[in-house]
Amino acid sequence: MATAEEVAKAAERRDVRDRWLLSAPALLVIFLAATGPLLIVLVYSFLTPGSYGDVKWQFSPEAWISVFLERDIFDDTLSIAAAHVTIFLRSIKLSVVTTIATLVLGFPTAYFMATRSEKTRDLWLFLITIPFWTNLLIRTFAVLQIIRNEGIINTILLKLGIISAPIQILYTDTAILIGMAYVYLPLMVLPIYASMEKLDFRLVEAGYDLYASRFQVLRRIIFPLVKPGVIAGSILVFIPALGAYVTPSVLGGGKNMMLSNLIELQFGQGRNWPLGSALSIAVMIIVMVALLAYVRNAGRSGVRHG
Amino acid sequence: MNWKTTATAMGLALLASTGLARADGVLNIYNWGNYTSPDVIKKFEAKYNVKVTITDYDSNDTALAKVRQGGTGFDIAVPSQTYVPIWIKEGLIQETDPGKMENFKNVAPEWANPDFDPGRKYSVPWAWGTIGVVVNTDAYKGPADSWGIIFNTPDELKGKVNVVPEMGDVMFAAIKYVGGQQCTDDKAVLKKVRDLLVAAKPNWIAMEYNTIEKMGAGDFKATSDWNGSALRQRLANPAIHYNYPKEGFGLWSDNVVVLKEAKNVENAKLFQNFIMDPENAAGLSAFHRYANAITGSDKYMPADMKDAPEVIIPAADKPRGELQQMCSPETQEIYTKIWTELQK
Repeated sequence: MATAEEVAKAAERRDVRDRWLLSAPALLVIFLAATGPLLIVLVYSFLTPGSYGDVKWQFSPEAWISVFLERDIFDDTLSIAAAHVTIFLRSIKLSVVTTIATLVLGFPTAYFMATRSEKTRDLWLFLITIPFWTNLLIRTFAVLQIIRNEGIINTILLKLGIISAPIQILYTDTAILIGMAYVYLPLMVLPIYASMEKLDFRLVEAGYDLYASRFQVLRRIIFPLVKPGVIAGSILVFIPALGAYVTPSVLGGGKNMMLSNLIELQFGQGRNWPLGSALSIAVMIIVMVALLAYVRNAGRSGVRHG
Repeated sequence: MNWKTTATAMGLALLASTGLARADGVLNIYNWGNYTSPDVIKKFEAKYNVKVTITDYDSNDTALAKVRQGGTGFDIAVPSQTYVPIWIKEGLIQETDPGKMENFKNVAPEWANPDFDPGRKYSVPWAWGTIGVVVNTDAYKGPADSWGIIFNTPDELKGKVNVVPEMGDVMFAAIKYVGGQQCTDDKAVLKKVRDLLVAAKPNWIAMEYNTIEKMGAGDFKATSDWNGSALRQRLANPAIHYNYPKEGFGLWSDNVVVLKEAKNVENAKLFQNFIMDPENAAGLSAFHRYANAITGSDKYMPADMKDAPEVIIPAADKPRGELQQMCSPETQEIYTKIWTELQK
């Protein structure tokens, strides 16, 4: 005879099984939707390019080789693909700088929002999300109107006589940075705000009572406690920044390629889909490695502070 | 508005929608963006009682890739001359034999039997044009009839030149500038081209398509560009001039073809014939601002295009124009490498 305990256990097992069965269709769809397209990209990266776009179903490691190595067009020597490395590094640098810029701007913003009264907080939150209502392309063009030579900034400065010729901001790296920081700022503010809101400000007061300076309070109390928000925000900004396409093209003038432009070239005018696929996978691997390293490091130092 | 007028308006709208539903058929056009005259389409719809839809694409490669996948539902596409042979070779379009259509007699002789579609078995000319150099003469008064404006930029224009980032067009121009033949795979020539491009780039401010607005606002003072775009710029600012480079310049032409998977073949054929009518061809030109390859259309052309130097190539410049070709995949691969190196 089954004891009450066994009956309970069996019921629990059944319960667990039912849950898995019921969620199986959803899990299957998510799994296929997430991995299916990626698998196609992976397979394409090992094929031969078709003559005018598309692929030939013929195995070739050539695409992966040319991600890292290039055969010189003129003297046929094999060397590291300098052009690809330059473009990779430029994209990574820009994403890191964008992340830092949004952090510097976003942290105080989130602090300001979290320290308002509960009623006004919602209003600030609402204001932060307003840019999301507009298409990315339109926001980027709005930035262009502000910084171009005949734009608002230059016109005002010229009228005031502060400058005699317009400052060339548009089509520089500064322009890309301004645009990216503006576009991705909410993605940094929101997660930091979410953890800042939960912050127990009595701890801050306690810090002051124990003669901590303002900077010490920020560094030793506030920052460690909102760290999960900072990590989440940095990831949310860094990843899309690495793949940014619209903002660098519109504000940077398209003279210097970003990763996304390089990949686009292979699927468009370059007609080398396997190389485009291989580059895409390579970017994914880099992002994954960078994220793992970042999260591990951040987690470890978090323990020390906590 | 009171409720009566509202009700009337609604009734009318309802009538109009059922009117559309009664059309004899549909025609789905797949064309470049901002390229199809709504007036001419309305005229076609009224004449044949056909409902037309238009979907945009932004490059030959996009159009080709999409149609290749199949199941697009489009009847008509408008590829450039370099791509027409590929569409034919890959069996994406059908022989509608425009050469035997009623209005074919209007096609200008130099466009009636092109290399990319001998005997015009598949395609009908939509527009053609040139690629040259546009200069704002307020900023630069010297001679501008050379690719040197782009590749060996004079001091007044340094940091103010744009290049439209069409790989094929830029390579064509650079090869001409160093004295080579289009689609060359001569390493000595290509090395010169690569060095020329890399040395020229620091003088450019941008490589983008949005030239009409940027030349107008003064962000650019010179650019490589298509002639119709140059015409729009001059109409906005008379100081802007279009130049046919003395080293040679590219000619292009876009052509209406009927897809093999088209469901409305008869309507598509009607459309091919319809746009070879001089008045309709002029209507198309009035919108997209390019020449149309239809004889007799000049008398219907808008006044500002009738003798526009951007549209009508001066007789002295004409011999240097050369129809651009599709380069072989191997050559294309070298060009892509040079292009990547240029933009790295």
